[in-house]
Amino acid sequence: MAIYLTKESKVLVQGMTGGEGMKHTRRMLAAGTNVVGGVNPRKAGQTVDFDDRAVPVLGSVAEGIETTGADVTVVFVPPAFARAAVMEAADAGIGLAVVITEGIPVHDSVAFTTYAQAKGTRIVGPNCPGLITPGQSNAGIIPADITKPGRIGLVSKSGTLTYQLMYELRDIGFSTCVGIGGDPVVGTSHIDCLAAFQDDPDTELVVLIGEIGGDAEERAAAYISEHVTKPVVGYIAGFTAPEGKTMGHAGAIVSGSSGTARAKKEALEAAGVRVGSTPTETAKLVLDRLEEQRTATPG
Amino acid sequence: MDLYEHQARELFEEHGIPVPRAEVTDSPKRAREIARGLGGRVVVKAQVKTGGRGKAGGVKLAADPAAAEITARQILGMDIKGHTVGKVMLAQPVDIESEFYVSYVLDRAAGRFLAIASAEGGMEIEEVAAARPEAVARVHIDPAVGVTSAKAAEIAAAAGLPPQTVDVLVRLWEVLVREDAVLVEVNPLVRTEQGRILALDGKVTLDDNARFRQARWGTEGAAHDDPLEAAAAEKGLNYVKLDGEVGIIGNGAGLVMSTLDVVAGCGARPANFLDIGGGASAQIMADGLSVILSDPAVKSVFVNVFGGITACDAVADGIVRALDTVRLTKPLVVRLDGNNAARGRAILDEHAHPLVQQVTTMDGAARRAAQLATTA
Repeated sequence: MAIYLTKESKVLVQGMTGGEGMKHTRRMLAAGTNVVGGVNPRKAGQTVDFDDRAVPVLGSVAEGIETTGADVTVVFVPPAFARAAVMEAADAGIGLAVVITEGIPVHDSVAFTTYAQAKGTRIVGPNCPGLITPGQSNAGIIPADITKPGRIGLVSKSGTLTYQLMYELRDIGFSTCVGIGGDPVVGTSHIDCLAAFQDDPDTELVVLIGEIGGDAEERAAAYISEHVTKPVVGYIAGFTAPEGKTMGHAGAIVSGSSGTARAKKEALEAAGVRVGSTPTETAKLVLDRLEEQRTATPG
Repeated sequence: MDLYEHQARELFEEHGIPVPRAEVTDSPKRAREIARGLGGRVVVKAQVKTGGRGKAGGVKLAADPAAAEITARQILGMDIKGHTVGKVMLAQPVDIESEFYVSYVLDRAAGRFLAIASAEGGMEIEEVAAARPEAVARVHIDPAVGVTSAKAAEIAAAAGLPPQTVDVLVRLWEVLVREDAVLVEVNPLVRTEQGRILALDGKVTLDDNARFRQARWGTEGAAHDDPLEAAAAEKGLNYVKLDGEVGIIGNGAGLVMSTLDVVAGCGARPANFLDIGGGASAQIMADGLSVILSDPAVKSVFVNVFGGITACDAVADGIVRALDTVRLTKPLVVRLDGNNAARGRAILDEHAHPLVQQVTTMDGAARRAAQLATTA
């Protein structure tokens, strides 16, 4: 099952013929992703060889959907062209657009996320590592060889913290890991992923990784107390970040009294989420929680 | 990037929003001339990117040009919440009849911009919202439509603002969109006793991601108060100076933030945030190390890398080659984990630099770096 992405997913790559697009398309194919085509109007009709696979280049997302039945697109186009690329994908009726591009102006992100929502397209990102369902499909840049299929779901604003937790828990394995991105405006929230993991029979426990800025984690905490019955383990980065300084991600900035790591941790704990103080301790909390589940349900 | 009040005022003026006559300077003598040009009596306002400057004595009325010079001299160089006043703005005083509040802010949860407006301006809007939430109107803006006259009229009516403010609301939205701002705020927007609407004070935050299409911002906006941050920015590094003694280098914003926390949890204070991203080339490593080692407060350096897309052996190679060009003066603790970690660690072991030590776990390495910094 997993969420959002399975081995059935047919994946287009917008920006496949660029440097990053080529590198990561090769990696996605190696991870078993069914990449059915790239999109570039100037190179339509050509094919690109990736080791043993020849991937066709299509003139538009609409053509890609029509000729290949694609339902996912991964967007690697530069910031100046991302808005048009995502809107084109939404217009064509793609189900899921994973926007890897970093540095998109926030007015553009507001425009395309609002537009995509109206068209029924789910956006993951922008400025995100994408998502992976280990053993099935990888849409984005998450290294596929860190871990294996399993029963932990993961949702995170941060790419490298995702990798770190996947690594710490590599022997347990994951259903799906979603990197939602560190920008102020993203298409898919922690809450969206929590809802999907709650409904996914393959997910037993959810790891939620947050960081300073905004109040997405506080809202996730409120959602968890109301709607999530599966165990959730959390980690928050940015306790030592000073007010008013952006910590790498455009969205990671504490303004006034809001957006602090402490407030997020307290909100999650109040919702019954155990929150680790380091990534390693967080992984240990996950192992403890899984162990409790096993002993609580005999047989 | 936050703008100074005088820069916000200029943007407002360019987009046709009425503002008081004003000029900015860093010289008390020039302040006297400006005051004379503005009719003698002026308000002298410290230009700092922080709130609460009125309470701190950074806004004063001067009765004549001579007083303006004295007041400017007092305010220039003043420290307001850690910000040194480098410039003052002199503005014509205004006879205020009523004060309003208007802004467009990003509502991250909704993924849209939000108009916030109130007929009770002049004070902190958070205080108004806390005390009398019904006095603050909030209206979401559809990005495809923007703020039309009809939308502006809706906002004004919801907040109880006079109809004369509709034009300002439309133009303020133009500032937000055309200038790629993520926040525009006018507080207070006033009606004078003569019935004019004026934007008396403003705040604008521009979106750094939009720099590529806002050529006229230049590099001025990227000015860093801290010399180390300026040096790092010149090298294209994602560096933030902090007040501690453990230098930090890591890959990925989230992991670096986490590294700061873990070091702090070990009883030391991180000296900086530095995200070298996915690249981790010898050049970036060398640039990062040289900036961190030039910080006199630094007593140890912690390189924390998780090999994801970039394999650890490539990172180790980068460190070794960086150490050819940068003279290491402080102990360096390296933690490599993830992709090709064993090979990466072997490369560093082989190099056997006397000041470089490896610890294989993040928590353990943070403890070591903290120990080295606190006992040094």
